[in-house]
Amino acid sequence: MFEIILIVTTALLLAWPLGRYMAAVFSGAPHVSDRLFLPLENLLYRLLGIAPTQGMDWKRYGAAFLFSNLVLGLLVFGLLLLQHRLPLNPDGIGPLSWDLALHTAISFLTNTNQQHYSGQAQLSYLSQSVVIVTLQFVTPAMALAICVAVLRGMMGGRQVDGAADNSERDLGNYYVDVVRSVVRLLMPLAAFMALLLTSQGVPSTYQGAANVALVDASVETQEQTIPLGPVAAMVAIKQLGTNGGGWYGPNSANPLENPTPLSNAIETIAIVLLPMATVFMAGYMLQRRGFALMSLAAMGLLSALCIGASVYSERLPNGAFAELATAGANMEGKEVRFGPDLSALWATFTTQTSNGSVNAMHDSLNPVAGLVTRVGMLVNAIWGGVGCGFVNFLVYVWITVFLAGLMIGRTPEIFGRKIETREITLLGALIVLPTLCILVFTAITLAVPAITGHSNPGFHGISQVFYEYTSAFANNGSGFEGLGDNTPWWNLSCVVVLLLGRYLPLVLPLMIAGSLARKRVAPVTSGSLRLDTPTFCLTLVSVILILNFLSFMPATVLGPIGEALALAQPTTIVTEVLP
Amino acid sequence: MTTPAHSHSRKSRVVAIDPALLQEAARQAWRKFAPAEAEKNPVMFVVLVGTLVTAAITVQRVVSGAGFGFELACSLILLFTVWFAHFAEAVAEARGRGQAASLRSARRDLSARRLLEQHAEGRNESVAATTLRKGDRVLVLVLTGEYVPADGEITQGIATINESAVTGESAPVLREAGTDHSGVIGGTKVLTGDIVVTVSTDPGESFLDRMIGLVEGAKRQKTPNELALTVLLAALTLVFLIAVTSLPPMAGFMGVQLDTVMLIALLVCLIPTTIGGLLPAIGIAGMNRALQANIIAKSGKAVEVAGDIDTLLLDKTGTITFGDRQATEFLAVDGIPQQRLIAAAVLASLQDPTPEGKSVLRLAQERGHTLPAMPSGATFIPFTALTRISGLQQADGSHCIKGAGEAVKRWAELQRLALPPRLNTLVEQVAQQGATPLVVADSSAILGVIALSDVIKPGVAERFAKLRALGVKTVMVTGDNPLTAGAIAAEAGVDAFIAEALPEDKLNLIRQEQRAGRLVAMVGDGTNDAPALAQADVGLAMNAGTQAAKDAGNMVDLDSDPTKLLAVVEVGKQLLITRGALTTFSLANDVAKYFAIVPAVFAGSLPAIATLDLMQLHSPRSAVLAALIFNALIIPALVPLALKGVRLRVQSAEQLLRNNMLIYGLGGVALPFAAIKLIDLILALFL
Amino acid sequence: MHAVDFEKTSLAGALTTALRFSLLMLLVCGLFYSTSVTLLGGLLFPARASGSLIQRDGQVIGSVLVAQPFNSARYFHSRPSAVNHDPTATGGSNLAPSNPALRERVAADSARIQNLEGVSAHAIPVDLLAASGSGIDPHISPAAAALQAARVARARNLDSEKVHQLIALHTETPQWGLFGQPRVNVLRLNLALDAGAETDTRHD
Repeated sequence: MFEIILIVTTALLLAWPLGRYMAAVFSGAPHVSDRLFLPLENLLYRLLGIAPTQGMDWKRYGAAFLFSNLVLGLLVFGLLLLQHRLPLNPDGIGPLSWDLALHTAISFLTNTNQQHYSGQAQLSYLSQSVVIVTLQFVTPAMALAICVAVLRGMMGGRQVDGAADNSERDLGNYYVDVVRSVVRLLMPLAAFMALLLTSQGVPSTYQGAANVALVDASVETQEQTIPLGPVAAMVAIKQLGTNGGGWYGPNSANPLENPTPLSNAIETIAIVLLPMATVFMAGYMLQRRGFALMSLAAMGLLSALCIGASVYSERLPNGAFAELATAGANMEGKEVRFGPDLSALWATFTTQTSNGSVNAMHDSLNPVAGLVTRVGMLVNAIWGGVGCGFVNFLVYVWITVFLAGLMIGRTPEIFGRKIETREITLLGALIVLPTLCILVFTAITLAVPAITGHSNPGFHGISQVFYEYTSAFANNGSGFEGLGDNTPWWNLSCVVVLLLGRYLPLVLPLMIAGSLARKRVAPVTSGSLRLDTPTFCLTLVSVILILNFLSFMPATVLGPIGEALALAQPTTIVTEVLP
Repeated sequence: MTTPAHSHSRKSRVVAIDPALLQEAARQAWRKFAPAEAEKNPVMFVVLVGTLVTAAITVQRVVSGAGFGFELACSLILLFTVWFAHFAEAVAEARGRGQAASLRSARRDLSARRLLEQHAEGRNESVAATTLRKGDRVLVLVLTGEYVPADGEITQGIATINESAVTGESAPVLREAGTDHSGVIGGTKVLTGDIVVTVSTDPGESFLDRMIGLVEGAKRQKTPNELALTVLLAALTLVFLIAVTSLPPMAGFMGVQLDTVMLIALLVCLIPTTIGGLLPAIGIAGMNRALQANIIAKSGKAVEVAGDIDTLLLDKTGTITFGDRQATEFLAVDGIPQQRLIAAAVLASLQDPTPEGKSVLRLAQERGHTLPAMPSGATFIPFTALTRISGLQQADGSHCIKGAGEAVKRWAELQRLALPPRLNTLVEQVAQQGATPLVVADSSAILGVIALSDVIKPGVAERFAKLRALGVKTVMVTGDNPLTAGAIAAEAGVDAFIAEALPEDKLNLIRQEQRAGRLVAMVGDGTNDAPALAQADVGLAMNAGTQAAKDAGNMVDLDSDPTKLLAVVEVGKQLLITRGALTTFSLANDVAKYFAIVPAVFAGSLPAIATLDLMQLHSPRSAVLAALIFNALIIPALVPLALKGVRLRVQSAEQLLRNNMLIYGLGGVALPFAAIKLIDLILALFL
Repeated sequence: MHAVDFEKTSLAGALTTALRFSLLMLLVCGLFYSTSVTLLGGLLFPARASGSLIQRDGQVIGSVLVAQPFNSARYFHSRPSAVNHDPTATGGSNLAPSNPALRERVAADSARIQNLEGVSAHAIPVDLLAASGSGIDPHISPAAAALQAARVARARNLDSEKVHQLIALHTETPQWGLFGQPRVNVLRLNLALDAGAETDTRHD
């Protein structure tokens, strides 16, 4: 437990100054770091052919976001399809099927990094270290840019003074925001972290796999092939950018990717560092310290509850081990060097933040911890992914403001800007979207057992399918790995869910922010709703919990809750209904 | 014909819901099943479709000879869920219609004398009031005690009018052409004076007609906030529709068949039927409450916006103060006994017809002075613009006069009276307190000063304090000098004031406040208020005011009571709070319903899930019925709350939110657990 | 009165910018970042950067970080692996606690270990029965090592006490006293056994 507190506290203490730095980066004001970064940035702007001072309204900002994704996506799809003909393929890895290439391209383009391939076996070094690493930098930067634009919109855009009512506002320049996130934030952080990881034993080389003669002559196989590569560089950014996935199939459970408890602490902090820092950044950008504290409190409360439940659950024995071993914690799918606590902490954070990398196998978690992972992904706003997490959080805030605003007898408003039918229509779409994507696809997939590809019967089979779509929608990418998911149905249906789960939850809030930005700002009076009070914080937490409970309770009853209840019944451990 | 008694019956009908009204509402509730009506409410539409499906299953089971009791019960409960929602709306409409009908009866069968020439003495023709068009000029004669045939403005003449048929106030009011009090309402009775009225509305378009339209469902348009909430509720309904329809395939994966009727029950219990059913009633009831306060709003939006008001602009005169200055103090100069001053002041005012003069007499009486009879041979000196004094010349030639300081001093100089040394101090002292000094003298000396003050209406300060607590800033507008204005502002407890205000200052202030993002309400009656009334977000025109003012504002106060704005603000806030509270309640209810129905749905097939049956209900079927019955009954149970509105306490926003969250949020989670368990216990006796 | 003059962008212009952006980012993030960081890491930490490989007599015989399959009674055994300790196909069993297949596997392994080590089921540490997440977890718990000590000592004709000492020597305590669980690296322990346990090869 002490180790968990140490890791979480360190993350918060690092996130605070980092958030302040981020606010400075996006304000565009002169900064001490200009001397280091400005020349590179200006070079990039010139090559891009953009004027960095040129503002964009929400339509142009959103269009730039979508266009850059479209082009980048096509480019990446092409590179993956042709990987076997391109250089940097020392192990001679063959081509990907078109649907797998499409799923992989979209999965990484949407910052999900859901893998239907097995990393080291199916991707070349070029695919891994150039294509995927690029996406792992660019996609969090893009979401962060949208988040920054939304925050600017909530303050009325960048030139508030002198702007006419109802005129479109300048939300910043999309390309400048992305370039700055990459150059000033992600790249320095990732480089530093990559070196730290290498010092712990994470491979950092362009050599091919190492062949090893085994020590024990009595085993059948006499050789081991240990895949190496530029692992550290990728692991750093996949953790920082809430990308997830990994160089190796089981991600950070693999001792080559996460060799020591120290590397584990670093990688765990990296999962939540930027999402936490974004909260601080929002406080500085909105100039509302109270709001940032309330956000921290709401997320912190939910996060702490989840961590507590998850740790408690994993310290309990795995039901399948009853009477067959010492009564110890659930170690199935876990690594000895991490033990149950750190695996549970990671599982909680990685699903809360849309990171999705794992250091233990989620399939083998005890049911309560399994449920916690789903709660994290469904809420998708407890810290959340870089940029998109806080945007999702704002969506919950807007919904809560609407309800709470009514309850104090005023047309709901946030920071003086009214939430009216247009905003509520967009918010309504965002409320329906998760159920639409997750439940409809889960139901279709389960209705046709031939395409399900589940590796577990009964409740857990449903859990697996539900988890896969939840993970895709939340742009999380973690999976119940037992699922036979490299099939055209899984690849293509996940592509649809990935796209809907990425672009609508970013573009719709941008529309809301663009609409809020245009509005007349009402001054704060004693009759205004205050967002920095414990009452609002608890109201917000209740709204988050109730909305998700109401949307997903029936499905989870047939999944993890049913599984937990079935396990709790002494006689029915293995005799549950088979498909 | 209308009588004051009639109008009182209208007021009393508003308060109680009588059985006749309920019967009428019950009939109307059935009519609302018409498809055109049903599709306006997405939540209830889903319930209706569920009812039809359940009914079809029931019929099919009857035909196939299977047991159908449970299915039939579900169909009936669902039917009544929809009916209860219709009933709630119908009750609200019936109440509104009741109020409006009595107003409308005021103008039935009226006839008018339409002028055929431009002047009152010209020829006229007798026509039915309903044929009058905007711009027609009609003559109303007092000879017959005629009724004003239509809303309009007096263009010639002056009259006292009994407006009790419309306002319920029996004291007659004065209306005069060319003043700020020139508006008349159709159906009111002229008591004295002949007037020419220019009709200002076409038939069916008077304020009253519009108000009737607003409280009756047909013409009612959803207000912006109601629309936003409807969208949110539709989104939630869709979520539950997906959540429930995705269950059968999932259960199929487990090899389990789910019962369609149970799934429909689950769906209906989850979608926000409570708020969905009561939403129209809440809106109509809000309009009713405004009407109950004798305020006619031109749109539902205006009432809703009133809840958001940040700044309230008020004329000092008539709103904060009674409007006429009244004597509040006698201040004698050194060496003069108080009694002598009072005696002289009384003599000087005995024949004074002005309100100020009368108030001097009243104050003297209050100070224990008995009023003398008019001394014989005395003559009254009336106030003239030249002398600016008034008083009494007695038979012996001596005077008792009162007047403005400078005027009395000039008079005293002529009479060769000495100026008492303290006089100037007294005069200044009175002025500083925001009062007007009147100096009193008789032929031998200057005696002292009467302080005439603007008397602040009782209860005004408390109302402003209440408004401030609700976050509304009050600004007083007055033509007084800053000194006087400041004193009154301090006493009345307004937040700011504009002194020496010109008519256009109001408009400028409103624009300035609006630029700062504030929503402004103002009260006005004069033609020169019209631009400001139009500019304000909420413009409350006095019914007694000019037609221009009434056209410019978006609400009209039949009582012409400017402080009524506070009531409007409250109605607006209550409207939103009631919606928010019931939405929260509706969603919070779902938690318990889940725990009742979900275990029941899977009871037969997946025994593990039975653990979720926290309430230990009798049987799966009783659980479903109990939840459905609760879901249906909660709608009529909350009708009184929807109609009355959630009580608005004077609290900070933070306290309001906390209390409402505790009552409707936490209470909304807890109540159905108890209620469903109770209903289940009762059902268990029969099943 | 508009403060910003939003540039009029054509579709072609927007697509060109997006294409330039994509190519530039592939260069900057993909090539520049990856290459420089990878090379720098290799320079600073050459052994760690190339897989923490162990050589014996000039031959690579394993990585400190990768578990090897051990079958012989002379060696300490690694944790169960769902992938036969194949580093190219790493992964866990992905069996849920409710899955009958897991119960079957654990029951079989438990019986085998009970037989092999001559202990009752209740003495078997969980990690010796639970498949690791990676399938190549190089560690076992000290308890799991202790359980095997008697058998290894017997097979090697060593004093059981000496084997226990060797285990203690190779038990890694939490990093900096803060991070991680006590654990024993199986490959190192076995190599130490092979080397006669003269030298202390304790990691860190």
